[in-house]
Amino acid sequence: MATVDERPVSTAETPPPTGRVHPLVALLRNSWRQLTSMRTALILLLLLALAAIPGSVLPQRPVNADRVTRYATEHPRLAPLLDRLGAFDVFASPWFAAIYLLLFVSLVGCVVPRLRDHVRALRAAPPAAPRRLDRLPQHAVLSDHDGDVSALAAALRRRRWRVAVRGAAVSAEKGYLKETGNLLFHFALVGVLVGVALGSWYGWHANRLLVAGADTAFCNGLQQYDEYGLGYRVDGSDLPRFCLELTDFRAEYQPSGQAKSFRALATLDADGAPARPVSFSVNHPLRLSGANVYLIAHGYAPVVRYTDRYGQSQETVAPFLTQDDMLTGEGVAAFPDANVDPKTGQRAPRQQVAFEGLYLPTAPASGPFVRSTFPAERSPALNIVAYRGDLGLDAGIPGSVYRLDQHQVETGRLKQVGAKLLRQGQSWRLDDGTTVEFVGTRPWVALSVRHDPGEPIVLGSVVMLLAGLMLSLTGKRRRVWFRVGSSPTAGTSPTAGSSTLTEAGGLPRTDYPAFAEEFTQLIRDVETSGKG
Amino acid sequence: MAALSDQLLVVAIMAYLVAMVCHAAEYAFGTRSVVGRAATRELVTAGGVAGGASVPTEAEIVEAGPPRRAALAGRAAVAALVVAALAHLGCVLSRGLADGRVPWGNMYEFVLAVTFVGSAAWLVVLARRPAVRHLGLFIALVEVLLLGLAGMVLYAPITPLQPALNSYWLAIHVTAAVIASGIFLVGFVSAAMYLIRLGYDEGRPGFPFTLGARVPDADSLERLTFRLIAFAFPIWTFAVIAGAIWAESAWGRYWGWDPKETWAFISWVVYAGYLHARATASVKRSTAAWIAVLGWATMLMNLFGVNLFFSGLHSYAGVK
Repeated sequence: MATVDERPVSTAETPPPTGRVHPLVALLRNSWRQLTSMRTALILLLLLALAAIPGSVLPQRPVNADRVTRYATEHPRLAPLLDRLGAFDVFASPWFAAIYLLLFVSLVGCVVPRLRDHVRALRAAPPAAPRRLDRLPQHAVLSDHDGDVSALAAALRRRRWRVAVRGAAVSAEKGYLKETGNLLFHFALVGVLVGVALGSWYGWHANRLLVAGADTAFCNGLQQYDEYGLGYRVDGSDLPRFCLELTDFRAEYQPSGQAKSFRALATLDADGAPARPVSFSVNHPLRLSGANVYLIAHGYAPVVRYTDRYGQSQETVAPFLTQDDMLTGEGVAAFPDANVDPKTGQRAPRQQVAFEGLYLPTAPASGPFVRSTFPAERSPALNIVAYRGDLGLDAGIPGSVYRLDQHQVETGRLKQVGAKLLRQGQSWRLDDGTTVEFVGTRPWVALSVRHDPGEPIVLGSVVMLLAGLMLSLTGKRRRVWFRVGSSPTAGTSPTAGSSTLTEAGGLPRTDYPAFAEEFTQLIRDVETSGKG
Repeated sequence: MAALSDQLLVVAIMAYLVAMVCHAAEYAFGTRSVVGRAATRELVTAGGVAGGASVPTEAEIVEAGPPRRAALAGRAAVAALVVAALAHLGCVLSRGLADGRVPWGNMYEFVLAVTFVGSAAWLVVLARRPAVRHLGLFIALVEVLLLGLAGMVLYAPITPLQPALNSYWLAIHVTAAVIASGIFLVGFVSAAMYLIRLGYDEGRPGFPFTLGARVPDADSLERLTFRLIAFAFPIWTFAVIAGAIWAESAWGRYWGWDPKETWAFISWVVYAGYLHARATASVKRSTAAWIAVLGWATMLMNLFGVNLFFSGLHSYAGVK
């Protein structure tokens, strides 16, 4: 399609049907012709580009669901309307699908007949010479040629022309690869669509946060993930079995705090194989059979020990979510089972404890201690607020594990009992005599585990697409004819060596400004090789 | 090295400015008919002029007999453009040496590289078709605008790469994007001038069309646009594919409708639309040229709009 227009331009060009045609048939046929016309394809292409714009301007649910929620609270009137239009998931919306499906139907409707024509052209001989070669864009008379038709044909064949000899005339054509490439490009596009579709049916992805340590290892299974999405044809039992334990996380930073490199070290226990150490990093995912593990983010999980009024100690590892490039963390260390009388097993009412606040891997020399000044742990500090009361976990409403339920705070069921900056190893005695200690930290990583079986198909298709595109844009279809003997109707084979006049003509079938040069060169070559 | 790069940027901008002024002088002094004659005369021979030399055959234009001052100005303009391109190249290279890596790790460096490719592509076009020389005014204008913007708004100090960018795909993906963008830039200038020339030929009065008086004839501008875009389109396609392969290993998916990806897709579709429009007999060539202008608008949107206004995975602009 790139440079050869072989699509019907409009229905007006087709001859009126002979005899009576059912109006419905006529309507269908006309609609099909409209749909597969180049003009329609062009409009659909531009429409596709236009339709993609809201996908970049408005927040998209598959890209960032939180931003969609934020947008919805900022625009309470507009958001529901946009949501009904599918504007927060443009690329899965029916109207976007309608455009690209119509485009692909139009494409197939265009290229399948062209494939048929091209196969026919490849099998057919180049067309017979026109009566008047001097009317062609290129024309030459070979003054000094022996008129040997078979030698002429052989010379052309050596130059990779497709040749047909008809009596005293030689027809030759070249540049079929242009149309081959063009068709390859368009069929490869269909291949890309097929690969994408297969990926969304048979692929899956899941995310989780993994804290370093044997007690926090995870095994591939849906209940182990924070969030997941399965293709239409995948269920939880199809996931490959493997377990992963984060053993260490290594990061290097510039003096400015900008990251230089990240590397996660882990122990992999894949199905049927002994456990082995593995490492993965940004740009170098862990590739397993049936799943790849990608390193998405990282941060610190403070380890906090709380000793309650009965002297019972509990320790929790609370991943704090990273807020900025300096790895300031925000989170909660909650102790829902604190202050349970060990004799009776009864919990004193409203005696749950939680510490909410910030973790600074490098705290500034002086306050306010709200932002870390370096991403590595140079002077770690935990800036926390202590709460006591009812954490609201029994209500059965799923809430964030990184924040306290603000409703409980507002209603007074969870009361603030003090705030403090804790350095590593320090402990703090609360007003009721209980103590909290900042023991240390463990690194955590956010993992994305993915499998997309459509990838090889998409990759193979785009390689073909690129090859086809280049053939189609660089190829030049052209024809030349030679006729030996002055009479255009000469049917008898001229005898070699006779002083007949040989005439040549050339026709570029595509936009090809340098054809004149090639034609002149060809004539010169043929002339020198066929000197009488 | 970093300071050298910054100084060379200033030199390059100044040289582009000089080229612009010289081209403008040539515009002002040259009479319409003379340039027109020179253009048509040269078009006949343009097919035979071999590429490679970076300076066009000045003698031909002088022979055709435009006023001396105009010819001088034109020659000076081309010389200034060559100087500008060399300073520009030095600026990019010294920046790369200072970085110790390919110098397109942030938006400032990216714009530097794209504009250099645009300027180099223009010199190649100039060597092959001296007749289109008068477009140089607008090329220099675009270069000055983009480089000025880069130096004033986008400038970022030299920093090492972020881990996500630290991959050999940076050299492959971004280089392809830079080359394609640079050639699309020249394609945009010739498409826009084609439209202006067309308006001039139709006798439309007013400012942009009066510029059409001294640019090459509409047909050769139109053909130039097509050849530039047809050359850049597969490179752009490759850039998108290489980006998808990189995205697969860095982010876990080959395509995720990140704003940058979305706009790269939009540009690809629009330029594909241009190629289709150009190949369709029933679509006017001016419509195709408008699509080419639209294509460049989407490229600009991707470069400036997406980097500065949207946040996404491609947020490497480094602009504070």
